[in-house]
Amino acid sequence: MSEALVDQEINLESIPIDDIDFSDLEREYNVDLDVNFDNFVVVDGAPIAPETKVPVLTKVLTKLFSQAGKVVDINLPLDEEKKTTKGYLFVEFDSAAAAQKAIKLLNGKKLDVKHRLFVNTLNDLERYGTETFSNEFQEPKLPEFQSTNYLKSWLQDEQGRDQFVLQKGDMTGIFWNRNTQQPDNVVEPRKNWSNSTVKFSSKGTYLFSYHDQGVASWGGKNFERLKRFFHPDTKALAVSPTEKYLVTLSPQPISIPEHAPEDFPFGPDSVGHQLAIWDIAMGVCVKTFALPPGQRLHWPMVKWSYDDRYCARLGPNALAVYDTENNFELVSGKILKIEGIMDFSFAPAGVKLAVNRNNELSSVLAYWTPESNNQSCKATIMEIPTRRVLRTVNLVQVSDVSLHWQDQAEYLCVKVDRHTKSGKTIFTNLEIAKLTEKDVPVEKVEMKDHGFSFGWEPKGDRFITISITETAEDNPAIPKNVVTFYAPERKDKTKQADDDAKNWKAFATVDGKFSNTISWSPAGRFVVVATLVTPDNRKADFDFYDFDFPGEKNLNTVDDVCASLKDVAHPDYFSATDMKWDPSGRFVAVWSSAVKHKLDNGYKVYNIGGETVREEMIEGFKNFVWRPRPESLLTNGEKKKVRKNLREWSAQFDEQDAMQADSAMRELILQRRSTLEEWNEYREATADIMESDYNYVTFDTTVVSISDEDYEIVEEIKEEILEEKQEEVLSFETADEN
Amino acid sequence: MRPIMLKGHERSLTQVKFNREGDLIFSCAKDSVASVWYSINGERLGTLEGHQGTIWSIDVDKYTQYAVTGSADFSIKLWRVQDGTNVFTWKTKTPVRRVEFSPDGDRILAVLDGVMGYPGSVTVYKIERDSATGEVLNIEEEPVFDILTREGFDIASVASWSFGGNFIAVGHKDGKVSKYEGNTGEYLDSLELHTQNVSDIQFSPDGTYFITSSRDSVSNLVDVVTFDVLKTYEADCPLNSACITPLKQFVILGGGQDAKDVTTTSSREGKFEARFYHKIFQDEIGRVKGHFGPLNYVAVSPQGTSYASGGEDGFVRLHHFDKSYFDFKYDVEKSAEAQKLMQAQGSAAS
Repeated sequence: MSEALVDQEINLESIPIDDIDFSDLEREYNVDLDVNFDNFVVVDGAPIAPETKVPVLTKVLTKLFSQAGKVVDINLPLDEEKKTTKGYLFVEFDSAAAAQKAIKLLNGKKLDVKHRLFVNTLNDLERYGTETFSNEFQEPKLPEFQSTNYLKSWLQDEQGRDQFVLQKGDMTGIFWNRNTQQPDNVVEPRKNWSNSTVKFSSKGTYLFSYHDQGVASWGGKNFERLKRFFHPDTKALAVSPTEKYLVTLSPQPISIPEHAPEDFPFGPDSVGHQLAIWDIAMGVCVKTFALPPGQRLHWPMVKWSYDDRYCARLGPNALAVYDTENNFELVSGKILKIEGIMDFSFAPAGVKLAVNRNNELSSVLAYWTPESNNQSCKATIMEIPTRRVLRTVNLVQVSDVSLHWQDQAEYLCVKVDRHTKSGKTIFTNLEIAKLTEKDVPVEKVEMKDHGFSFGWEPKGDRFITISITETAEDNPAIPKNVVTFYAPERKDKTKQADDDAKNWKAFATVDGKFSNTISWSPAGRFVVVATLVTPDNRKADFDFYDFDFPGEKNLNTVDDVCASLKDVAHPDYFSATDMKWDPSGRFVAVWSSAVKHKLDNGYKVYNIGGETVREEMIEGFKNFVWRPRPESLLTNGEKKKVRKNLREWSAQFDEQDAMQADSAMRELILQRRSTLEEWNEYREATADIMESDYNYVTFDTTVVSISDEDYEIVEEIKEEILEEKQEEVLSFETADEN
Repeated sequence: MRPIMLKGHERSLTQVKFNREGDLIFSCAKDSVASVWYSINGERLGTLEGHQGTIWSIDVDKYTQYAVTGSADFSIKLWRVQDGTNVFTWKTKTPVRRVEFSPDGDRILAVLDGVMGYPGSVTVYKIERDSATGEVLNIEEEPVFDILTREGFDIASVASWSFGGNFIAVGHKDGKVSKYEGNTGEYLDSLELHTQNVSDIQFSPDGTYFITSSRDSVSNLVDVVTFDVLKTYEADCPLNSACITPLKQFVILGGGQDAKDVTTTSSREGKFEARFYHKIFQDEIGRVKGHFGPLNYVAVSPQGTSYASGGEDGFVRLHHFDKSYFDFKYDVEKSAEAQKLMQAQGSAAS
């Protein structure tokens, strides 16, 4: 019977599966689906302990791993022969998240001098163990070098024109500024170039646009796309001072997709981070940061030293300073603990400290801490990376502090808003530190009222404040702002040489204003104090001032200061919401952005005299961006020479302007130019002929050498009698007596 | 620009000249007495007395040692400038219209009128001078050569030496301008430049090109070697004189309605003004008025710092130029200079 059964061919299909009872098998091989390998970690490098010590070790390790989450089970396999643990163990957590945390927290953790724990997921271990996993080093693929156009080509413009961006609706265009002329396209305006605004890098080399997927950089003559920075939903970006690094911030924490493309910029370390730093030229992410918890967002969140060597972030009660040349590691390996630190800023330029030798430049930062139980409010100036405190300024009764660097970092103004003892009124002190002088002396300038805006003259030592006068009147229609102009006292040369201290003096005030913005020309001297449209202000106005007015009638109320103020112009543009000087300091653009309100949108460009050189009203106009320029390469001496010769050199530029303004003029000028050239050629040709044919040298003016002997100076003395009087003297007696 | 009035002549001025240094002015008039003036203040240095008729022309040599005058009394007189003595007199067949020293001062050309059967000529006399001191050693009474008026030409009215005395440019009554070899008097070339009398020919400082003026209200700039017309300046009145300013690229034209025509032809103002034209761009750039008769002669100092005009009214008006005159430049000139300057400084820097 059994043989017959074996011989008989079994037709598998014909067996009715449903009839078979598998329940015993199912029971036997049942796998508990709740056991998720994601919850396990494999720990390597644990001490090898005798069997007797296992409970103690288990207890220690359980405690250690409990930091990451609830430990469900911990298993230390034993070597049957040696009766010791094998040096590895399995830990089961209640969740995959806890397991991940354990890896993050404890991988590489030193248990003691001899033992370092290596923590991996079970999944990883399986993967590493498979045959397909290659443990040979794979060289990372280097992306092929892609050449770009010359990125600074716009600086080679023969006429030295500046570029600007206009944005309206979803169109973005880049133009050449042609003074009063219709601006020329640099490139055809593009639709949806950026989701929101566009931003130039600090020296104008790159243009950045926002996209759903991140940020893109553009540059070169035709603004080709250079690099993409994949950081979805980027809300803000900032560029470091030397255009080396880009900082992006996105509200979405970084996550790594299942099948990340090869060029995915973030590594597993970055998961959950929101802040990313990129190398602009290479387009790769160099560092990511998580946002410190519970801190209000204060852009820029990463600040840079002037040379991009260091960057720093504010943390709770601490400042983290990173060295960019050392893989963004913390300087000296640890963060800087500063209790209660409120704000900090780097000097915008290298500081030539008095103690520095060989004209070295130092990176300097300043921060302030508020009053605490046993500490007064302090502003501190510190050198980086040495952490040497250069100066501390103690302050009392402080409600707020702001730090204002002069652009060459020669001065730092600490604006201190102080309250009276009653706390009712606020007034402002300015503590001005002179960075380049020995021991960093600080001078105090007291203001009578609450200054809310402060502006240093670029490359200068003068400044402007806007303050608000305290009055009983609460009516917002009454202008209460006071614009005050300060300049250093003119030093008397006759005074002793050691009296080197600069004393700043308020030398002019303009009150009864709504002004809220100070905008200095990047070249200094000229400044626009403006009222821009804000939620509180409906009507914009602009006041142009000249700080070195050569004439007699100035606004100075004090004479012995290094300034002569004159209000140059007060042009009208009531709906203006923003303003910006062009990088050369020749023009000011003011515009009314549709993003802020829908009134008279468009832009105007003024020259430094406050005259409108160009205006365009554009519906839906959004944004005006000047393209920045790098620092001039000319030395101060060369600049001085240019200034000295400007009158002579400027003739040709005037002519260019005239030619552009009028085509008839252009014809005339071109014709005259060729006429002049013909004449000069004729004279040269004549000179040649004369010399070769007649041995005669041509000239244009007879020059006669005159010696002193040729002249005789005749002096004539004229005597004139103005009055003749005759007096009769009666006696000489008195004279005799004496 | 305040003029200095040189009052000393009793009748209309015929010619005014600066010496080479520009410190003296020589003037002659129809009153038969020539005058020498200090240009700095307009004081008269002295007079040259001896002619018996209108002195049509005066010239001074480059050393300011000798002056020459040509008169309607059929004579040419050579004077020592230092003391005003008459050194020599040439008798001529007809009145003398124009005299001029050659640039090196050893020859004198004279334009002799074509009257009384004489065809008119440009006659050249020779003076032997000490090459070191310039002192006259010997004077030849007979001319070296005569350029008699040629067939087809009207008589000469003006003539002038070119650079080095190589050529003589002659202006004719009929408007023609002709050119002769300076050493032989050989005819070289001619141009039908004007429609009326050529009233003046003055050379550029280096003597390579000259300006003509004519009663037809036009003035021309002509290269003496090629005899090409370089520029043309059109005025609105008959011109008596024209000169080329050194230092600045201008020309000065002088003229005006003939005094005798004012009453008969036009009641408009006589246009008795010195006109400044830009030599290269040919635009009128300014006028100086003051004379109350036509300007018979305009002259500019060789340094280009002052100019004098002699009028039918009997006055010489001497003008020292203002700063604005020296500063005036066309934008294209300024920009060309600026470019040159920048290049020069650029190359100096590198």
